[in-house]
Amino acid sequence: MAEVLVLAGPGRAARATCALLTLARRLGTPAVVAGAPANGTTRARAGTPATVTGGGKNGATQARTPRTVAGGPASAATLGRFGAKTIYAATAPEMDEHPVAARVEMLVRLARHRPAAILVAADRDGLEIAGRVAVRLDSGFLSDVVDVTAGPDGPVAVQSVQGGAWRVESSVVRGVPVLAVRTEHVAITPAPAPARPVVTTVRLTFPRSVRAVRQVARHRARPRDLSTAAVIVAGGRGVGSAEGFELVRRLAAALDGVPAGSHAAAEQGWCPPQMQVDQVGQVVHPSLYLALGISGSLRHRAGMRGAGTVVAIDSDPQAPIFRLSDLGAVGDVHQVVPELLAEIERRRALPLIAEE
Amino acid sequence: MRIVVLVKQVPSTDDGLSFAPDLTVIRDAGPCGLNAADWCAVDQSLQVAVRRRDVQITAVTMGPPGAADALRTALVLGADAAVHIRDEALHGSDALATSRVLAAAVRRLGFDLVLCGATSADSGMSAVPAMVAERLGVPALCFADRLLVRERKVEIHRDDGCGDRRVFVAAPPMVISVTERCGEPHYPRYVSRFDARDKPIAVWGLDTLGIDPAEVGLAGSACVVRAATPRSGGRPDALAMGDPTSVAIRLADFLAERQFL
Repeated sequence: MAEVLVLAGPGRAARATCALLTLARRLGTPAVVAGAPANGTTRARAGTPATVTGGGKNGATQARTPRTVAGGPASAATLGRFGAKTIYAATAPEMDEHPVAARVEMLVRLARHRPAAILVAADRDGLEIAGRVAVRLDSGFLSDVVDVTAGPDGPVAVQSVQGGAWRVESSVVRGVPVLAVRTEHVAITPAPAPARPVVTTVRLTFPRSVRAVRQVARHRARPRDLSTAAVIVAGGRGVGSAEGFELVRRLAAALDGVPAGSHAAAEQGWCPPQMQVDQVGQVVHPSLYLALGISGSLRHRAGMRGAGTVVAIDSDPQAPIFRLSDLGAVGDVHQVVPELLAEIERRRALPLIAEE
Repeated sequence: MRIVVLVKQVPSTDDGLSFAPDLTVIRDAGPCGLNAADWCAVDQSLQVAVRRRDVQITAVTMGPPGAADALRTALVLGADAAVHIRDEALHGSDALATSRVLAAAVRRLGFDLVLCGATSADSGMSAVPAMVAERLGVPALCFADRLLVRERKVEIHRDDGCGDRRVFVAAPPMVISVTERCGEPHYPRYVSRFDARDKPIAVWGLDTLGIDPAEVGLAGSACVVRAATPRSGGRPDALAMGDPTSVAIRLADFLAERQFL
């Protein structure tokens, strides 16, 4: 069977890579394209088979560095458990300094062996990589892929179009299919028989153009600015008091987002007026908008309509905000949010994939 | 400084999408308008024009005759000229073919910066800016949440969620795609509507760009659509009810699924 290249993106969550491997197994022999040798590589090779299948020794390592699997790149053992037969690693400094351009070069180089498909997670970096690779190879490119099956003449991809209102089945008729997969829609399953991935080091010489885009800063400090925030947690009348608004701030901190308030909260003085999201305050376009105790008046909806994903918690099941939300939770903010904070804390401590 | 803004006409309703018998999206059924992110792209190009005198902004679109409305909006917002790429053979182009046509038009116009919206409301064509950059052989700064154009360099700020905030720098000529977060666009002044009437809209065909019709459209696309089925019932069980703990677990599951945890 032909190889299927799976891109372990720069600093990507392991879950995304495992989801891509789940799909790749249907199309051929999965091979992971990693920036650097995956951590735990030597351990997986030296260890007993029990270690490879996620046993004691590996588990102990995960417990010491809990975010390794939950947030960081996956270990070779984890990739093997999801069916990776080969891991292509490159150690050039460009892979870290210019992650997008260097990965394009690497994928184009590996595509010389005519893989059955190239799977990339459809995040911001992934889309740029996939687009550039498709042009270089003059190959068909499909985005918004939520499912893949093997067809008689290459993979058939299911795309989710118009916010999931349509399911479109497409296939690629020219070149190596390049698929940008929305990994959050893929249910991940480990391979029936865990593999021991062979790590192959790829030596690459990069052209000068790889260095055209430089990363000059990377900061983890939370921005104050609502308008450019990716995650916004907003509180409204249902929060009840200035003390209750502390819950909004804590949840925003837990999700690495920015707190905001509806006009009701701002007028009561629970939050400063600069934090007000509505028609006359800030108009926001975050990837995630979490509304706590906000019923969703027209003027508020006008301010947050551009959000990618909307999650609302409110005690009134008839609240208009639920018509706009991707997931609504009916309940008292003061009871649900502390539980949610505890649940997030618990999940951060336990890496999901390693424990399964 | 020559700025080319790539814009797109999209259906302005939320649920107006439908497919023709050849499985291409019907784009001129309902009310249409300029894509929201492209609106920001035009506005950002004007921010550059505020700081320098030599800026020439050209809006470019590819699409059926109705797509000229998007160009007129861009001219009202402040673009200086517009180019409409229109050809029967373009019908059904995929991302690869679209990027080929747009790159040819941009090359013909000449450019220092190519600006475009990072996402379009009607289809997931978010990779097209990167594809155009690849064809032009220039760097791309995609998904700019904040854009700063300096004399010899362009700086973008990006917030990818999960605390991943980065700043990238590159030197023109280059392609930039901006998100709707890069600033609320200014509302055009009334007189700019009158000015826009006198601004030129050039219509180019494939022969103008020197592209073989067999390379674009349904014939030249590298992808084929096999079937399109509407998902009935909308969103099932989008409301979580019950005791706070189970609701919280459901919420955490959802957030983890969408990779916000």
